[in-house]
Amino acid sequence: MGYPPEILLEAVANGLLMGAVYGLVALGLTLVYGVLHIINFAHGALLTLAMYAAYVAHGAFGLDPYAAMVPLAGLFFVLGYLVQRLVIGPASRGDDSNMLLVTLGLSIIIENAMLAIFRSDTMTLRLPYAMSMVEMGDVLLSLPRLIGFGVTLLVALLLFVLMTRTDTGRAIRAVAKERTGAALVGIDVAHIYAVTFGIGTACLAIAACLLLPSFYVSPRVGNAFVLVAFTIVVLGGMGSVTGALLGGLFIGVVESLSGLYFGDSLGQIGIFLIFILVLLLRPTGLFGARA
Amino acid sequence: MSQIALSRRQALLAAPVLLSAPSIAQAQPRAIKLGIIQPVTGALAQDGEYGRIGAELAIADINAGGGIKALGGVPIEMVFGDARSTPDGGVAEVEKMQAEGVLAIVGGFASPICLAASQAASRYDLPYIVDVGVSDQIVTRGLTNTFRFGPGFGTVTASALDNLVAINDAAGKPSRTAVIVHEDGLFGSGMARLLNAELPKRGFQVLETISHPTPSRDMSNVALRIRALNPDLIIPSSYYAEFVLLSQTLQQRRIRPKGIYCILNGAASNFRFVREFPEAANLVMDCNHWADPRKAKTAELRRRVEAQGRFWLYNVPLNYSAVMLFADALERAGRADRGALIQALAATGAGFDSHIMPYGPTQFVNGQNQGGKPVNTQVQNGDIKVIFPRDFADAQPVYPVTG
Repeated sequence: MGYPPEILLEAVANGLLMGAVYGLVALGLTLVYGVLHIINFAHGALLTLAMYAAYVAHGAFGLDPYAAMVPLAGLFFVLGYLVQRLVIGPASRGDDSNMLLVTLGLSIIIENAMLAIFRSDTMTLRLPYAMSMVEMGDVLLSLPRLIGFGVTLLVALLLFVLMTRTDTGRAIRAVAKERTGAALVGIDVAHIYAVTFGIGTACLAIAACLLLPSFYVSPRVGNAFVLVAFTIVVLGGMGSVTGALLGGLFIGVVESLSGLYFGDSLGQIGIFLIFILVLLLRPTGLFGARA
Repeated sequence: MSQIALSRRQALLAAPVLLSAPSIAQAQPRAIKLGIIQPVTGALAQDGEYGRIGAELAIADINAGGGIKALGGVPIEMVFGDARSTPDGGVAEVEKMQAEGVLAIVGGFASPICLAASQAASRYDLPYIVDVGVSDQIVTRGLTNTFRFGPGFGTVTASALDNLVAINDAAGKPSRTAVIVHEDGLFGSGMARLLNAELPKRGFQVLETISHPTPSRDMSNVALRIRALNPDLIIPSSYYAEFVLLSQTLQQRRIRPKGIYCILNGAASNFRFVREFPEAANLVMDCNHWADPRKAKTAELRRRVEAQGRFWLYNVPLNYSAVMLFADALERAGRADRGALIQALAATGAGFDSHIMPYGPTQFVNGQNQGGKPVNTQVQNGDIKVIFPRDFADAQPVYPVTG
């Protein structure tokens, strides 16, 4: 059926807003892939952990998810750093495929720990602004999603500055390109690995705080986002930060429009159709220079 | 020291008396054990918790009223089991209760749990009274131990459609078009199929049928489609979280149909929803289980539940009534015997009046109470009122919704 333009516009706007948060989740995944050359299987579980952390911060300390964003990002950076430095790094013994298995093991441990602590019920925060809308002409936009969109753009900008203007950023790019060469010029590769993993995890903490006002949390909730994030990483190009952000926005719009035309049950098909098409026609992704 | 000499013949004569001693003790037990199965952990924990409250209140009332008089005033003792929101959990509890020697079991809540648990109970000829489970299959398997006091799916949906036509006609037929929104599982899809077949026969045009997964991330798309279609009626079949999300999204986007008409909805007859989201809930109609508002006992029970800081949910009156049915049948059976109890349950008639449901005269056919019917409720200014049928109503329908 045909929809009037204002409804299509609203669906596209909704998709862009949702897609920005998808992009943020994908950002962490693609960064870790770009530098460590592994798919972080614990990404979804770490997102879940971050969402529970934000939930508990609200319940125990009365901290609004937006106020908790900066402290949680810091906390999760440290957590990610330590996990890579003390668990994944040593356990992998220099072998990438071992790293993959360690992250898989971590995800199982985190998920089941959450299940044991919080049980399987879904939990939601009730915040006064959760259902607030912003009117832009004919288009109604959800306030938490608009905030999510803005924060994601800000995080992407900060990450871009970090990668291009700082020594740490240069070191990360050097390690990503040539690990041995970077080590030869005095870069502490293990430290840079851990910093990258920390940044990826901090992105998740921010995404969790952005999601929580309008979304529920359950022990397996992270997986719903990571599957989409993985598609975005493939679409944007493995390791490309710009690709993750633009890919996220694109996937958000595809999901929203296919949901509008085929219903929410079938809407997911659009995303996975793109996943297969990209793998078939352009395996490096839209922005992926390196395969 | 004298010894009582017992000849072999005397011993043989005494044997039946001695052997029958336990059965005399069994006929007058200190308490009648009644199994209550509810899912109080897992996805259905909220419903299970309220089912348990209903059963506890009924047992308290029966015991306070002097217990089971036909058995010399023995009290009822609850043996509680957590079905953990799964059929397996329900079956495991039936086995435990059998080992504990319960006389009957009440509860189950969800259809899959009721199906599995009543089947397990049938192996021991253990009477099983279903509290909520609406699947028609529950009473069509030929199990003689299984009884359901409330209405099944077929009865509920037929009543829901008839009542919709009656309410719409009474208001001057303001609605002619409808959009069906349903969760894509067994419950929602089955309901959507049935509505698609039946609504056109009753003069309603189904503009579109929109499905959504459970859980749903977002209802914006559903709301956008509804806005584009602009139907007179929205008929949703979803579980609690998704219906709350849908009604909030509709309210947020200022989509105001002439009516939101739910059937067996997880939220529309739930005071938690009404209290937490009063604006989104206002004027939503539902065809569902509900207590008879005209009975004095209903108001009293509601006060007792609310005094515990709990909401008034239909699980309470349904379980209360199911336990009352057990007690009524036990009085008529006159002995704590499973076979006699099953016969008495099957023979329950219009004389059973200690329940608080808005039903016609009780009569069981193949375990299903023929008097069991749903009613239409509507959220009106923070309260849930019965608006149809008129015999049971405590408020007029606010329909069509304007403004």
